[in-house]
Amino acid sequence: MSASFTPALDRAHLAAVVTDFAASAPACDYWSLRLVAHQWDRIEVREDVLEPPALGHSLGAMLTLVMRAGIGYAATDDLSPPGLRAAARRARDWALQHDQSGLFDARLHPRSAHRAEYASPVAQPWGQVRLSEKLALLHQANQALAIDARILDRAAWLDWDCVDQLFVSSDGAEVFQHLEYLDRGLLAVANAGSQTQRRHGGGFDQPRQGGMETLDSADFLAQAPRLAEEALALLDAPECPNETLDLILMPSQMTLQIHESIGHPLELDRILGDERNYAGTSFVTPEMFGTYRYGSDLLNVTFDPDLPGELATAAADDDGTPSERAYLIRDGVLQRPLGGGLSQARSGLPGVACARASGWDRPPIDRMGNINLEPGTATLAELIGGVARGVLMETNSSWSIDDSRDKFQFGCELGRLIVDGELADLVRNPGYRGRSASFWRSLDGVGAPATLEVRGLHNCGKGEPNQTIAVGHASPPCRFRQVEVFGGTP
Amino acid sequence: MSRKRATDLSQEEHARDLFYRLAERLQAGTRTGETLFCELRAEHSDFARINRNRIRQAGALRHARLHLRLIEDQRQAEASGNLSGDPVQDFAEARTLLRQLRQRLRHLPADPYLQFSTEPTRSNQWPEADPCDAETAVADILGAAEGLDLVGIWASGEVTLGLASSIGHRHWHVSRSFCFDWSCHGPQGGAVKGSHGGLHWDPAPVRARLEAMRAQLAILSRPPQPLAPGRYRAWLAPMAVAELIQMLAWDGFDLKAQRTRQSPLLRLLDGQTRFDPRLSLHELHGISGTALLPRFTSEGYLRPERLTLIDAGSPGVPLVDARAGKEYGLPVNAASGSPESLAMTPGDLPSADVLSALGDGLLIGNLWYCNWSDPNACRVTGMTRFGTYWVADGAIVAPVAPMRFDDSLYALFGEHLQALGAESELLLSAETYGGRSLSSMRLPGALVGAMAFVL
Repeated sequence: MSASFTPALDRAHLAAVVTDFAASAPACDYWSLRLVAHQWDRIEVREDVLEPPALGHSLGAMLTLVMRAGIGYAATDDLSPPGLRAAARRARDWALQHDQSGLFDARLHPRSAHRAEYASPVAQPWGQVRLSEKLALLHQANQALAIDARILDRAAWLDWDCVDQLFVSSDGAEVFQHLEYLDRGLLAVANAGSQTQRRHGGGFDQPRQGGMETLDSADFLAQAPRLAEEALALLDAPECPNETLDLILMPSQMTLQIHESIGHPLELDRILGDERNYAGTSFVTPEMFGTYRYGSDLLNVTFDPDLPGELATAAADDDGTPSERAYLIRDGVLQRPLGGGLSQARSGLPGVACARASGWDRPPIDRMGNINLEPGTATLAELIGGVARGVLMETNSSWSIDDSRDKFQFGCELGRLIVDGELADLVRNPGYRGRSASFWRSLDGVGAPATLEVRGLHNCGKGEPNQTIAVGHASPPCRFRQVEVFGGTP
Repeated sequence: MSRKRATDLSQEEHARDLFYRLAERLQAGTRTGETLFCELRAEHSDFARINRNRIRQAGALRHARLHLRLIEDQRQAEASGNLSGDPVQDFAEARTLLRQLRQRLRHLPADPYLQFSTEPTRSNQWPEADPCDAETAVADILGAAEGLDLVGIWASGEVTLGLASSIGHRHWHVSRSFCFDWSCHGPQGGAVKGSHGGLHWDPAPVRARLEAMRAQLAILSRPPQPLAPGRYRAWLAPMAVAELIQMLAWDGFDLKAQRTRQSPLLRLLDGQTRFDPRLSLHELHGISGTALLPRFTSEGYLRPERLTLIDAGSPGVPLVDARAGKEYGLPVNAASGSPESLAMTPGDLPSADVLSALGDGLLIGNLWYCNWSDPNACRVTGMTRFGTYWVADGAIVAPVAPMRFDDSLYALFGEHLQALGAESELLLSAETYGGRSLSSMRLPGALVGAMAFVL
């Protein structure tokens, strides 16, 4: 048995905290308390050496108060009655200032009376697998990556997170969610002279809710030599050509494409201007919803909080609004933004339950949840077969987009030329650039359900103060026509 | 020292002594052969997020985190947890973490790269400023920005870092500062950027900057200058230079990244190319730095006052953390492989002469969302964003819509570098991922003869 962990959330203790707070809450129009317990364990073996493993936990509360037209928050890890009273005083101070100088009337803020529970499906808990077994797996993977002296760096890792969150409100809300995630990965770095190539794999961009059952140990090990071989092969591969070509993106790159040029532009708080100093704004305007052609008829994108095991599957958001599946883009036409209750009230637009915070120490803002591109009907062979000259790209390595989410540029780890409907030579440093609106209209092939892969990111950054959050992206491979592609510097 | 200040100091000493007592109680329970490092990171901050010169979201944060590193028999493991401020509860929490670490260590192999300072260094750094009244400061800002579409973030408060080890290290560092990072937006969508941070809040610099921005916004209301992709002369203001230097900081100077050939500076390190000899970059700490950062590292080492990372265009020393130092046999000189207090040697182009020196070209206030397009060639892509203008004949003509560049830093700071600004600007990091950043850069602007724009 691995080293035991402090129970993430003693619900009886937390219930007592809530009861105490409720009994002495300051006079206000509405309050919510979001208690979050987070546990983690990080294990990595790099070049056959175990990095110092790190386990930890954090427990704190985010208190939000609404007083008249003002709203303020205070986050604290001192959950004693005096600690929460001190937090309440600070939240009240800021609510009073907002009452005088606020951007909106805080009476628009959603008030939750929702009651729900959710738990990640876990078949094999992290703690049930011995540490020695995990270390053995990572060491085996390291050895499987070490196939050539030109592999100068290699790593294998397992990251486990467990989050228990209790949301309560003065209106009687009680939402308890138990979320467990496993993030794992492999890295092979090959070098020859001043050319270095990397290949990631082993599920590194496929974090899932669940336990050790989400790790297919056999596949994890089986991938290792292939990744190392590909990194070596990329050293000698020609650069991706600089041309306008048809492009097939595998799910390992569709993740970033969806994230940057659909997910972020649809965040309603960006459209309302809240992020203009940092994460940016959007080329999408409120008038576009319901009519704007975002992409081809094949483009269907959903906000899906129900997909089992996907990273952001949940019963409710962090303002206590129940989560429901909804189309964001249907048959290519923009339907609704990613806006939580407050943004919906501010804008008069429909939205989804997507007010999320990275932890107890940050307030919720509009975030992506699971943003998925719904499958079509084509097999991968059919997608490739429909290309006379093009490139297939996989595994994101670089991402950049302008502050209105229009002009983008992405790089991938690996590309393969497509010639007359067949995969051909490997090419290195493949990248492409374009503009969001025209790019999605060039979508003319979407993989069938059997090609769908459920992926995600743990490091979506946004907000002031900054916060990173986990989001899910499920997608099949997709084909785009006539995209500007390029390679590295010769 | 004022009576208020004296009271603050005794409270801060009390906080320090609480932490040291906790560490000593834990260390008293260590076994023969065990070495224990205890670290504290605490933050008390206020944040006010502003949109359209009104408060969008404001609140406060209090957290204190304990990080333990237990070492025995060449094995090490780490654990972290909360500190509530209650000594009884915190000691129970810390003992639980220690128990977990002991259990874990039994299953771990020896770590060949384990390294920590065995010299029991000590330091105290107290805040140099009184606490900032965040509500008053925000009200000052809103008043000064009347009529402007101001969007930004106010962050202020205290960050405390402590280190106590069973070897005898005792370090305590409290920094108290504010940072206001903002932009003012014109009706056509263009914007200009400002940032002001420091120890003592005084609204005057922000008021002055806001007044200057009103004039700049008038320029932004002009029709934008259409520009086709191509190469253009450009003046990169210090904030724009900062975005490019951040790319170099991403594995550029880390010893491990250099030795595993993952640094974007491979061609420089291999002698295949050089930056312009006017380019020198240093990592500064102590009295040479901002004093926001502590001198000590998590392993008890002291950061040196000055490291030269780029020396007149040639490679300088790498950043060597404890682990890499052990692996490669070099002395430790950093907390990690990423710089935290960079300074670039300024040049000789006075700010008053920038426009005339530029002639025809782009005046770029900021760059945004930079990433590698080819790290082996140190080639970066990114966007222009705030305060970017077309200049003709040394005069600002019109704003420019966001454009994407894709160019090599070897070229921008090499063959195409024409001048560095004579005045440097201190840029305090506004980042708050995982906690308020204490990093900074002190940079001049840069005049480049050709910068490649692709979209």
